[in-house]
Amino acid sequence: MKTQLALELHKVTKTFGSVVANKDVDLSLRKGEILALLGENGSGKTTLMNMIAGIYYPDEGEIRVNGEVAHIRSPKDAFEYGIGMIHQHFKLVDVFSASENIILGMKDSGRYKLSEVHKKVSEITELYGFHLDPKKKIHEMAVSEKQTVEIIKVLYRGADILILDEPTAVLAPQETERLFSVLRRMRDSGKSIIIITHKMNEVLSISDRVAVLRKGEHIATVNTAETNEGELTEMMIGKKVTLNIKRSDPQNVCDRLCVSNINSTNADGVKVLDNISFTARAGEILGIAGIAGSGQRELLESIAGLHHLDSGEIVYHDPKNGKEENLRDKNPLQIRDLGVRLSFVPEDRLGMGLVGNMDITDNMMLRSYGKGHSAFVDRKKPRDLAKRIIEDLEVVTPGVDTPVRRLSGGNVQKVLVGREISTAPTVLMAAYPVRGLDINSSYTIYNLLNKQKENGVSVIFVGEDLDVLIELCDRIIVMNSGKITGEVDGRLAKREEIGIMMTKDTSVSEDKNTEINKDTEEKDSE
Amino acid sequence: MIILEYLLSAIALGMTFLYGSTGEIITEKTGHLNLGIPGIMCVGAASGCLALHHMIMANITNGFLLVLVGIIAAFIGSALMGLIYSFLAVTLHANQNVTGLALTTFGVGVMKFIIFGLRVGNDVPYLKALNAFRFPFASQDNALKYCGVMVFLAIIIALLTSWVLFGTKVGLNLRAVGENPATADAVGINVTAYKYFATCIGSGIAGLGGLCYVMDYAGSQEAYLSVEALGWLAIALVIFALWRPHISIFGSVVFGALFIAGAFIPTIIPLPFLQKMQTVPLLKMLPYVVTIIVLIVTSIRDKKENQPPAALGLPYFREER
Repeated sequence: MKTQLALELHKVTKTFGSVVANKDVDLSLRKGEILALLGENGSGKTTLMNMIAGIYYPDEGEIRVNGEVAHIRSPKDAFEYGIGMIHQHFKLVDVFSASENIILGMKDSGRYKLSEVHKKVSEITELYGFHLDPKKKIHEMAVSEKQTVEIIKVLYRGADILILDEPTAVLAPQETERLFSVLRRMRDSGKSIIIITHKMNEVLSISDRVAVLRKGEHIATVNTAETNEGELTEMMIGKKVTLNIKRSDPQNVCDRLCVSNINSTNADGVKVLDNISFTARAGEILGIAGIAGSGQRELLESIAGLHHLDSGEIVYHDPKNGKEENLRDKNPLQIRDLGVRLSFVPEDRLGMGLVGNMDITDNMMLRSYGKGHSAFVDRKKPRDLAKRIIEDLEVVTPGVDTPVRRLSGGNVQKVLVGREISTAPTVLMAAYPVRGLDINSSYTIYNLLNKQKENGVSVIFVGEDLDVLIELCDRIIVMNSGKITGEVDGRLAKREEIGIMMTKDTSVSEDKNTEINKDTEEKDSE
Repeated sequence: MIILEYLLSAIALGMTFLYGSTGEIITEKTGHLNLGIPGIMCVGAASGCLALHHMIMANITNGFLLVLVGIIAAFIGSALMGLIYSFLAVTLHANQNVTGLALTTFGVGVMKFIIFGLRVGNDVPYLKALNAFRFPFASQDNALKYCGVMVFLAIIIALLTSWVLFGTKVGLNLRAVGENPATADAVGINVTAYKYFATCIGSGIAGLGGLCYVMDYAGSQEAYLSVEALGWLAIALVIFALWRPHISIFGSVVFGALFIAGAFIPTIIPLPFLQKMQTVPLLKMLPYVVTIIVLIVTSIRDKKENQPPAALGLPYFREER
């Protein structure tokens, strides 16, 4: 007997401009199973699922629901096919109660009676073992409760196929366990579930089958029972690609920035930085690898004085006078006044780095407006700097007076990096500086970073492409859920090794780590 | 007796604010700050008076018909202003503040142009419809003379709006659009349609406030010149009422009482410094002072339900979801 398929994807392709997000993806979902969709950042998992949920429409290929070809052009269409997606960023109205959010936008059953909705919501929560007060307002809820509301919202509309986009990213371990038991109950009652994740242990514990995506392509779908962590990791990160980035040997290496035991919690009370310690050295590129959102942004922001720390120290060794300065809890201006130069290329280029409506000269002035003693700002120097950057970095722009937002992504990035480098930094931090750039622009950025390293700058590079990290960086530290799970030499590192450090479950392996630490401590004391 | 008269005057004047604030609340609940309300109220007054002018000139004297057509004309005239606003701010994503202020300037001009042309020699025909708007059994010197048809209509509309906003699915969807349009869009609510609908209906209701003031409360040929000032107070009343039309009913009476305090307080409280002419402008400031105090209090208490709609003033681009 053939197993019935709830959902089939056949040669689905989606491109955004020149970027191919998904290419000829074939995927099938059986009735009453949990399928895990595994892949690195940018492997096209979310894009693929968004096509099923009606947020994007595929360029090529077809989607079949229950064996029939389905045209899903909007989230509403998806609901009609019984497909519901729980997004990573919850789509809920803060000032409404759970029930109000659940029935929002529903057209049927003409009368509006919240008491009946409360009742029906309670029935669903009991059936699957959720815990939720239907009258509670969203803004009073914890993250896990909000997620429950999203799931019930989908079930309330009668969805048979549920897609969850990284549902455990926001949950504590015991909350994850509770979610999984709910999902298993839903599977047992005949619902089909796709769960997007990159945590290996979760894949192995919850799923019946695993589909692996890499760089937008479907690699394989395997039965969870017949596979193991190593095999999945290899499928996920693939074979090594040679990039040929010129990497010079570090010279005159000395400690520049010592981060020791820093901790930080976010507004939701989740630990975003957990006992982070490392040293960044002058004349070296330090890579930070990790799944997006593992604390990289918070780490860089702490060093730049933009993020509050609960505890720990960041000690900066000033190369001019050899003094040590503690950067912790100083604001960005104080850090600059101390003679400490941190150049920060934020992830969100236009949001934090540059002002889109201002031209290149004005954006240069954002760094230099305070210089000089005249009441008027000096426009000449920034203008010369802008011209020099355009020339040196080959920025394609009609002129220095063009608003930055009109430039393409790569050129915006060059302007930003160029400005940061021009202040002759001693520490240069760059987060995803090549995101969205084509190959040539990426190499320009790599060469710029290498040149800074040769000039004795301590470069910290947060990247997502493991091949780039391995070819560019001298040392790589791996972050995972706010912790550092390993440090490797860039010249000796293996992709698989880093991949496992990025994805392994930190809450379980903690004991092992402490054991290892103990071992090393003992060795040190000897 | 003077206190009763003060209260009735406050209620009657307050209704002008109530129309304006009810209309503005509906609009703001879909995330649109319409600063064109003063201009829209002017256009409402003008289009109502224009219709009445033509009916009187055509010798139609049926009171019911006069009131009905006057109200419908005022509603349509101001709803058209709302349509202009919607096209600019919703479809073209123009800056809401600029669009609103432009509409106010435009509306005041339109009103002056129209109403100034409604004189026939020394005669002002539309004022002949005045008695139709007044309370049937009130004589000219009775305190009740201010409380006409429009007063009751204002309270009915405010209560009805509250029920629709907080007690129906349409209201739930409408509020969702103002709180989080991306969420509303994702569950299949037509965000643009709701914004157009709310802005036009809201403007129509606000426009009735202009007619209410000219035909019901003031009842004089110079009355139209003060409509704009009252429009700004209507917007302040929205904040005072915490975006709830039923609170706005009470708030409008408070605002009405504060606005005319200059005429009544010196008589009621015989204190020497209140008798001076200079204190009248000070007393007229009270509604604004009270609004600021309410803003401070609600900001300090920081209860989420009492804050403005989360997406107020932000244009919604679907591509960003």
